[in-house]
Amino acid sequence: MINLKIDNIPVSVPEGTTILEAAKSIGIKIPTLCYMKEINEIGACRVCVVEVKGARSLVAACVYPVNENMEVFTNTPAVRQARKTTIELILSNHNKSCLSCERNMNCELQALSYEYNCDCTAYPGALTPSEVDESTDYLVRDNSKCVLCRRCVATCKAIQHVAVIGTRNRGFLTDIGCAFEEDLASSSCAACGQCINVCPVGALKEKREIDKVRAAIQDKSKTVIVGTAPAVRAALGEEFGYPIGTNVEGQMVSALRLLGFDKVFDVNFTADLTILEESTEFIHRVQKGENLPLITSCSPGWIRFMEYYYPELIPNISTCKSPQQMFGAMVKTYYAEKMGIDPKDLYVVTIMPCVAKKFEKNREDQNASGYPDVDAVLTTRELAKMIKGNGILFNELANGEYDAPLGEYSGAGVIFGATGGVMEAALRTAVETITGKTLENVEFTEVRGTEGIKEATYTVGDLTVNVAVASGLENARALCEQIKNGTCKYQFIEIMGCPGGCVNGGGQPIQPAYVRRNTDVRALRASVLYNIDANSKVRKSHENAFIKKLYDEYLGEPASHKAHKILHTTYVKRNKY
Amino acid sequence: MVDIAKFFLEFTVDESCGKCTPCRLGNKRLLELLTKVTEGTATMEDLDTMEKLCYYIKENSLCGLGQTAPNPVLSTLRYFREEYEAHVKDKVCPAHVCKKLVRFEIDKDKCIGCGICARQCPASAIERTDYVAAGHKLASMAINQEKCVKCGACVGACKFHAIDKA
Ligand code: SF4
Ligand code: SF4
Ligand code: SF4
Ligand code: SF4
Ligand code: SF4
Ligand code: SF4
Repeated sequence: MINLKIDNIPVSVPEGTTILEAAKSIGIKIPTLCYMKEINEIGACRVCVVEVKGARSLVAACVYPVNENMEVFTNTPAVRQARKTTIELILSNHNKSCLSCERNMNCELQALSYEYNCDCTAYPGALTPSEVDESTDYLVRDNSKCVLCRRCVATCKAIQHVAVIGTRNRGFLTDIGCAFEEDLASSSCAACGQCINVCPVGALKEKREIDKVRAAIQDKSKTVIVGTAPAVRAALGEEFGYPIGTNVEGQMVSALRLLGFDKVFDVNFTADLTILEESTEFIHRVQKGENLPLITSCSPGWIRFMEYYYPELIPNISTCKSPQQMFGAMVKTYYAEKMGIDPKDLYVVTIMPCVAKKFEKNREDQNASGYPDVDAVLTTRELAKMIKGNGILFNELANGEYDAPLGEYSGAGVIFGATGGVMEAALRTAVETITGKTLENVEFTEVRGTEGIKEATYTVGDLTVNVAVASGLENARALCEQIKNGTCKYQFIEIMGCPGGCVNGGGQPIQPAYVRRNTDVRALRASVLYNIDANSKVRKSHENAFIKKLYDEYLGEPASHKAHKILHTTYVKRNKY
Repeated sequence: MVDIAKFFLEFTVDESCGKCTPCRLGNKRLLELLTKVTEGTATMEDLDTMEKLCYYIKENSLCGLGQTAPNPVLSTLRYFREEYEAHVKDKVCPAHVCKKLVRFEIDKDKCIGCGICARQCPASAIERTDYVAAGHKLASMAINQEKCVKCGACVGACKFHAIDKA
């Protein structure tokens, strides 16, 4: 242990601890802008400087390790003045349009500027030239608000192993973007949106679709259907001041009604549908011994990554559309037929924790009815913004209930939003289908939790099934490499593009770095889904009464010809650059 | 001295890798303030801001380049302060190097009104006045300072040494 004093308070911490962490241990938060533990420790922004007795100049607390008998001062006038100047300099090169900024009131730069009482006109001068990159369907980069913390770059590289963005140029002309001045659309970006979630400011955001949705709601000729993804209810509350890990499903349903959607359905039900199709696919592949391991297809971030980096695995990917696309497909075929509505007059909106879903809806081969399965995708953040913009008092809403019939779901459907959830849901159905016996314990806890890669072995009848679950593209890559070099022992793999799964998706409410560092946001949000599951009467997809009815009335049986036409899709090899 | 400091600072602003805030933005703002000085638009307050920025950049930059970048500004500010103040208060460059602060003027009594300078002037900034100096036949020329681009061509053109920096 190292003994030192911080602001005259004795502290004892393990060797190798940084000043930043040592200060946190006695309740002092040293401000940071570029720091992300283990991911981005570059000491570049200089917001975290502190005074160390005897040191020649101020030191960056985020990277400076403690020493025996060190004396640190975190709030002297010199320290405060230096931090203030740093923030004022950043503001001097910043497009300060807070009033309508996506991150207004949830911006790390704005908060610092307030805490240090900064004069945002202290250093008038030129602005680094920049253009807005709106080339993709899902993400907008506005470098006029970028503070060059490089958190997005580090995330894309170290967590997602994609590395399509980096710093360009030098000095005052430094900016972030793709190599060779290309735009994001010409890169092999996976569309995961993880870079958005780590950005301290409003330089990165989703491509906004709110206006399209508002226009559709106003259009009398359209029946506007909305469906919500599992993970949205576990995080939306954060935008309205609820603690992380609050389930706001009921209020969300009420808010969607007030927004004017004609029907409020739940994408959870197509999660159940996915399970029936996918577990059937799994059983068929095991019986034939072909195209194993079977790899899940619900995460478009993962799918896009695979298409760019591991197209040779296309035969292994489940041909099931994602729950979002199955949802749109069912609305525009089954529901349209049942209600006697022409699918051209149906407008399907999904609420997603994800930005890759915006890209996914525009994929080819996603139009079962002849019209696009899904017309618009809003992120959890966009939904919150719409609710606020419509003057809906979210916190005062009573709990609403989903409309029938596309709102009924099992506990298996809802856990799709957490890493391991699809695997667990599929196992519940596959095991019962293979053995013909009722499961005594439906909880496959081995595949739960937020670790990057989880594995388990189950004995199902006379089969031994090895499964693996990966979330985050770094972990996805590790499993892909195993398959490529022949060392993969798994028959069934679940992969989610975002670390922790959709609860931590690129469209979820943004928590500042400080909160992410000190709170397990993913686990808290996932606990909402596991609680809903634990309290559900029906916990297996194949026992969802509506799903049974759907097959009886419409689809025939899982993997039938009709099911294939409506619920399955294909993939393409994509070239990098 | 001011322009020498500016020369060095321009170099480091170009060389900055752009990683840390003090060097990337601090030196750029320092250079902009220094440019104001050379253009005669700086205030005495700006000089104080420059000094503070210099110390800030030295204290806070990540590497040696940033930590030493402000030295030329700091030492000239310290040892040649009156030169800076001349730029700010009197709008003159004592070394006659700051282009924006240089003024070319025609001595109306030396000028014989030949007009050769006017033909050399790329900016058509030289105009005839209605002042005829004693002993001269033609009216003298004068420089319209609004139009003058400070190229200095007229100085060499005048055989009577009537034009000089003021
Ligand atoms: S990024 Fe932050 S500081 Fe910049 S305009 Fe947006 S809210 Fe304001
Ligand atoms: S969306 Fe994902 S893959 Fe694309 S740049 Fe951002 S982090 Fe990288
Ligand atoms: S885009 Fe955001 S995360 Fe990336 S460097 Fe700029 S401010 Fe940082
Ligand atoms: S893990 Fe979920 S949020 Fe992330 S890309 Fe995949 S579907 Fe989207
Ligand atoms: S001080 Fe060094 S690290 Fe910082 S921007 Fe300048 S050259 Fe780069
Ligand atoms: S200095 Fe150049 S621009 Fe000015 S008056 Fe002389 S010739 Fe014309």
